[in-house]
Amino acid sequence: MAKIRGSIVVNVERCKGCEVCMVSCPTGTIAMAKDVNGKGYNYAFPANPELCIGCANCAMVCPDGVITVYKTKI
Amino acid sequence: MEKELRLMKGNEAVAEAAIRAGVDGYFGYPITPQTEIIEYLMEANPAGTTGMIVLQAESEVAAINMVYGGAGCGKKVMTSSSSPGISLKQEGISYIAGAELPCLIVNVVRGGPGLGTIQPAQSDYFQSTKGGGHGDYHLIVLAPASVQEMADFVDLSFELAFKYRNPVMMLSDGAIGQMMEKVYLKPHKERSKTSPDWATTGKPTTRERNIITSLDLDSNRQELFNIKLLAKYDEIREKEVRFEEFQCEDAEYLLVAYGTSARVCQKSVQLAREQGIKAGLLRPITLFPFPTKRINELAGKVKGMLSVEMSAGQMIEDVLLSVNGKVPVYHFGRMGGIVTTPEEVVESLKSKFIGG
Amino acid sequence: MVEFSGIKEIIKPENLVYKKTNIMTENILSYCPGCGHGTAHRILAEIIDEEGLQSEAIGVSPVGCSVFLYYYLDIDWQEAAHGRAPAVATAIKRLFPEKFVFTYQGDGDLAAIGTAETIHACNRGENILIIFINNGIYGMTGGQMAPTTLPGMKSSTSPYGRDVKTMGYPLKMTDIVASLPGSYYVTRQSVHTPANVKKTKKAIRKAVNYQKLNKGTCLIEIVSNCPSGWKMTPVQSNKWMEENMFPYYPLGDLKTPEE
Repeated sequence: MAKIRGSIVVNVERCKGCEVCMVSCPTGTIAMAKDVNGKGYNYAFPANPELCIGCANCAMVCPDGVITVYKTKI
Repeated sequence: MEKELRLMKGNEAVAEAAIRAGVDGYFGYPITPQTEIIEYLMEANPAGTTGMIVLQAESEVAAINMVYGGAGCGKKVMTSSSSPGISLKQEGISYIAGAELPCLIVNVVRGGPGLGTIQPAQSDYFQSTKGGGHGDYHLIVLAPASVQEMADFVDLSFELAFKYRNPVMMLSDGAIGQMMEKVYLKPHKERSKTSPDWATTGKPTTRERNIITSLDLDSNRQELFNIKLLAKYDEIREKEVRFEEFQCEDAEYLLVAYGTSARVCQKSVQLAREQGIKAGLLRPITLFPFPTKRINELAGKVKGMLSVEMSAGQMIEDVLLSVNGKVPVYHFGRMGGIVTTPEEVVESLKSKFIGG
Repeated sequence: MVEFSGIKEIIKPENLVYKKTNIMTENILSYCPGCGHGTAHRILAEIIDEEGLQSEAIGVSPVGCSVFLYYYLDIDWQEAAHGRAPAVATAIKRLFPEKFVFTYQGDGDLAAIGTAETIHACNRGENILIIFINNGIYGMTGGQMAPTTLPGMKSSTSPYGRDVKTMGYPLKMTDIVASLPGSYYVTRQSVHTPANVKKTKKAIRKAVNYQKLNKGTCLIEIVSNCPSGWKMTPVQSNKWMEENMFPYYPLGDLKTPEE
């Protein structure tokens, strides 16, 4: 059976660390970084990239258009 | 095409002239003594001929903001009202001036303050020429003294409004709006099919997006914008002053009056001269820009001036500034909706300058 | 651009499923973290992109938090005085009937100072789309009571909670608009979950098509959050919204065309 794998790219400087993406992620891919970006926000990042299924839930709820999503079948 | 001669009210003349000038939109709200403007337009139904939009808004506030929207599209749009309604429009007028949009606002003035009266007055001079709404801005203010001028100034207003990207006010009054006179109407002009390059028309790929706004939170940029406006107003003061003189060549006393008062004062000049008093009349046609320079020149030739207005004395402040102390200046005028008589003006002139 | 990526091998153009539309400019949004305004802007931009409306769209931005909306969407804009956007949009649409004309207004703008303009534009059936963001508070001025503030809800001008006896009841403008013959499609949505984002986007797409067909006024209320004004984290605010705002402002269509 083909497995769906996804990957996200976070535009770190646009991220405001609101965590809305993190709670909307069904697989626990996203966490908030301990580091801060130029504006002082703990930005979102794919902490568990192997879990991503490319559903784009995170990107859909992101108020700042920070996340780009890719998906493929393996 | 021949000019057409008709007998019309001033208010009707404005409406007919607007259709003929190729105006794209009129947005108004009824108020006495100018309601004939919207009534005439509704009756004429230009949507079916020129395509001009005529809309009765829910308030003067909505009407002036419709003007903002239409002007932001680069269209020739106008509204009309009378004093209390013009007060309501001041917010929108300030935004229009701040966004540098061209439009025409007709004020058929009635007496105030408050609801005041529905009779003619000239007590909105300050409001019209000094700003009216908030912030540093000026309208271009044209003061018609006849039904013919109410018609002619529609075209002139839009010419100036688009030339300077500035709102223009036609400051009439209840007398000229309601009186019937013969008027030569200009032939129909085609409505423009295009908009200026700054207008919001939908962003093609070939240009940056156009934004109509009066907002800038950056103090330095806002100040630069204010300076730009001041330069525009200076250019208007330099190039657009309009006035008319009657028997000023040998005048010893100068009457300064606009609109209905100027008509009265023409007769006063004649009556005064019959009594051996060499009076003359200067009629400002533009109230902003004011004919400051010419009045200052005349101040070097006459013994005194009388600012005749149907108000408590508003234009007199501009006359005083123009005269700059050279000769005495007094005010005469009736209020409450009363039109000054020519005899009253002569009596005032005599009592103030000659004695008795 | 600083980026943080997941698995590199998957990041290929042919695998792209979601990317910020170019109708959204690169300007950083002025909103607080987690504010629904950004999401609402983005899906509006996506519709404009997907429907090919960039050269057709003329937006009217309000006074309120979204006053700088024109920084964020790459289309022609007019910035209206507080509450007057429906009047401004009325004239634009009357003069340019072929264009896509919409307003974007908050609760103070649409339901307090602009009540008359809203009701009359809708009652005339102006062929425009009104997007109404209801977060129950005045965000830009720092959290004052809005016409839509809930009973008992605290704000800086109702510090002891909104007392309906002296401060009046929350105004359900969308219900009023739905009752007017001029309105065509009236719905209440939200943008705080992926499912709600999809529904709201669908609603906007419908409204765009209704406008093409000259059907009359469409109004889409988006019940949204104000983490700063409500003094909560973004995630808490969305939960609070579900528990408190939605019972008073239930999501769903209030008026759908008879088809």
